[in-house]
Amino acid sequence: MALSGIQIYKMLPQTNCKECGFPTCLAFAMKLAAKQVELSACPYVSEESKKQLAESAAPPIRLITLKADGTEVKVGNEVVMFRHEKTFYNKPGLFLRLKASDPDIAKKVATADAYKVNYVGMDFNLNGYAIEADGDLSAAVKAVREVTKRPLILIGTDAAVLDSSLSLLSGESTLVYAADSSNYESLADVAKKHKASLVVKADSLDDLADLTQKVQAKGVEDMVLDLGGKNLGEWLARSTQARRLALKSNFKPLGYPTIFFAAQNGLDKEAVYASQAIAKYAGFVVIDTFAPEMIYPLLVLRENIYTDPQKPIQVQPGIYEINSPKPESPVLVTTNFSITYFAVANEVEGSGLPAWLVVTDAEGMSVLTAWAAGKFDAERIAKAIKGFNVADKVSKKRLVLPGHVAVLSGEVEEELSDWEIRVGPREAVDLPAFMKQALN
Amino acid sequence: MPIEIPKDKWTGNIRAITIGATSADGGTRTKAVTVGGGTTMPYLQFEAPTPNKPVIAIEIKSRKPEDWSPLLAEVWGEAMADPARWAKKAEEAGADLLVLALTVEDSVEDAVKAVKSVLEATGLPLIVWGPGQAEKDNELLVPVSEATKGERLVLGICEDKNYRTIVATAMANGHLVQARAPMDVNLSKQLNILISDMGMPKERILMDPTTGALGYGIEYGYSVMERLRLAALQGDAMTQFPMIVTPGFEAWKTKEAKVGEGVPEAWGDWNARAINWETITATALVESGADIIVLRHPESVKRIKEAIEELIAA
Ligand code: B12
Ligand code: SF4
Repeated sequence: MALSGIQIYKMLPQTNCKECGFPTCLAFAMKLAAKQVELSACPYVSEESKKQLAESAAPPIRLITLKADGTEVKVGNEVVMFRHEKTFYNKPGLFLRLKASDPDIAKKVATADAYKVNYVGMDFNLNGYAIEADGDLSAAVKAVREVTKRPLILIGTDAAVLDSSLSLLSGESTLVYAADSSNYESLADVAKKHKASLVVKADSLDDLADLTQKVQAKGVEDMVLDLGGKNLGEWLARSTQARRLALKSNFKPLGYPTIFFAAQNGLDKEAVYASQAIAKYAGFVVIDTFAPEMIYPLLVLRENIYTDPQKPIQVQPGIYEINSPKPESPVLVTTNFSITYFAVANEVEGSGLPAWLVVTDAEGMSVLTAWAAGKFDAERIAKAIKGFNVADKVSKKRLVLPGHVAVLSGEVEEELSDWEIRVGPREAVDLPAFMKQALN
Repeated sequence: MPIEIPKDKWTGNIRAITIGATSADGGTRTKAVTVGGGTTMPYLQFEAPTPNKPVIAIEIKSRKPEDWSPLLAEVWGEAMADPARWAKKAEEAGADLLVLALTVEDSVEDAVKAVKSVLEATGLPLIVWGPGQAEKDNELLVPVSEATKGERLVLGICEDKNYRTIVATAMANGHLVQARAPMDVNLSKQLNILISDMGMPKERILMDPTTGALGYGIEYGYSVMERLRLAALQGDAMTQFPMIVTPGFEAWKTKEAKVGEGVPEAWGDWNARAINWETITATALVESGADIIVLRHPESVKRIKEAIEELIAA
């Protein structure tokens, strides 16, 4: 819980010695509360105060970072129960699970690692791999490390096996799965030795909280929770409870991100299980199937849920070529809200008709929202047409406006006097018919 | 160490609403469906049980749709040309109720005949949508409403520009209405108020927050639904209606579901992807509080039903 300036002031020496650069301790405390200065600027803070201030500054859900050679995944550090209250920050890591005993493990990882899919101008991938120690773990880790640079989760119960495999991953931040009440001491030692994060697992939240405190007493701070739960309903309840305890009660023993195995009740449920986990607070989601037809929609869902509600997903403003347009093809204009762009682009693309699609910078708003907010007007449209040198690409200067902003046509004509301004249909679905009939 | 789980205490609850009338209630349905009644955020059984589980409606049309994905045409086959047969197949696929969407090509006689044939073919409760053009909606829905008096159908879709005629005929003939506002808490409330002000009883309004498909705006709908549910639990009477969502309609419009060729290889197998698009869209909406989920593909129906069973069993 963040402290106020006054609360911080009470922990300072209150001598107003000015060495921090501020005239009084109170002034310094106010700056600290606003996170504009570092506590270290005051040489006289007591150890006790330092500890208290550090604790109060710690996020309610610990940030866990997994790192390999140049790639990393950050999860945790969340602050709200519902995305509209602020936003969800750190997207859950999507990991593919493989067995160490699988002779094709390197080949499978290589295929999965090459996977890349584009959504609204962004490239998405899997975040890493979880390797299960059902065979020679070290051999599997070596083989996998040769084909991927992404972080790993090592799944095993034998501390010695994990120890030797983690030795192969020095300099990385790996996640070890999982410590329970029977093996936490040896696994905590291994995790500590290798600076790995450790999953802690128990059958109830009560037991889980006990265990995280024991693991912490062994010197491991970076933990991830396996909440258990036999089905969707139980996991939803536990995930909600753990998040509430961390955020609302500032309950440190459960202030860690979670891990969820989507295929635990069968591959036919994997997509739905993973979807709930993504929507409902999981930190790591582990899947067993490398199926692009499932991974792509899951990555899109993750992107949608973790989009900042105050900042819609946008596409790059610019001129987009659809179906290889020619100089005589029409110029369509729209906004850079990704949904709007895709609605229009998909229709035109699907029709097979060539067109130039000019996407204006409307700060990511839909046509009518942007128009109502003054972000999609004649001036901005003219600026885009000129700025993207559209006239150089076409022989026929014909510009089609969205039907919803027909009122703009007069002003656009004034701004772009050498262009023929046409008003298109209101909905993108009607564009192909309009283009066939009205634009010939 | 026993932990004290923080529980939310709410003053309001979602209204329980019954669709379809059995012979005991003056209709011909073999069973009625009750949705809503929730007193917590979705499925938080540690606070209170879920009184009525969400239900699945399968969407069928009065005539064979030419613009539906070939994948859907394949699973429904010949039945698509005959609403009665299609309705039966949908019932076999696990539908709790049906949506029959009328089309602009329908005459009044066609529409009434289609609705009646569906009512005869199955005993499931029925939702009837007009073609989505104000004048045509009113032209078709009024006679349909009159011809099915007392069945407790749901008529839709009411929007701020066109709700009066639909609400009036639903009131006169003992039906319910589906009230759709464009992803906005205040606009939803406003439409519900306008409909209530006409005299429509609150037990006969379903709220449609407008559904976006996965990748095409689902996040707006998702958050608006959470906010509507929170408002309802906080006691705002004009948001305490069960929510109906249309992930089938939205998901099958997307390119990911519709197009099999000339798409990126990273999109994977077409059929599986299309079904995932519908299921994942629907799962997110179930999580955010949907009470009636309107789907198109039988496999999605199966998966979402299983998910709901698990969510209410906990
Ligand atoms: C979601 C939404 C929002 C979101 C923003 C979403 C976003 N990123 O833009 C939020 C909640 C932030 C918002 C805010 C506001 N909104 Co608003 N919003 C909507 C809503 C519900 C949906 C808009 C949407 O996403 N549509 C989907 C996209 C894909 O549609 P589209 O961009 O129009 O594109 C379609 C067509 O135009 C066409 N098309 C697009 N490009 C082209 C190009 C050509 C050539 C052609 C032919 C066709 C074409 O194809 C697309 C598909 O058919 C609408 C209501 C509605 N149903 O439209 C109100 C609406 C647009 N908002 C409105 C208003 C007034 C506002 C606010 C000013 C006030 C408010 N209500 O809070 C603010 C302004 C924002 C600001 N000041 O920062 C009004 C606009 C009034 C008007 N008619 O002028 C609307 C219509 C609601 C209403 N009925 O009052 N809004
Ligand atoms: S250095 Fe420390 S003690 Fe001195 S004024 Fe600043 S806060 Fe106070």
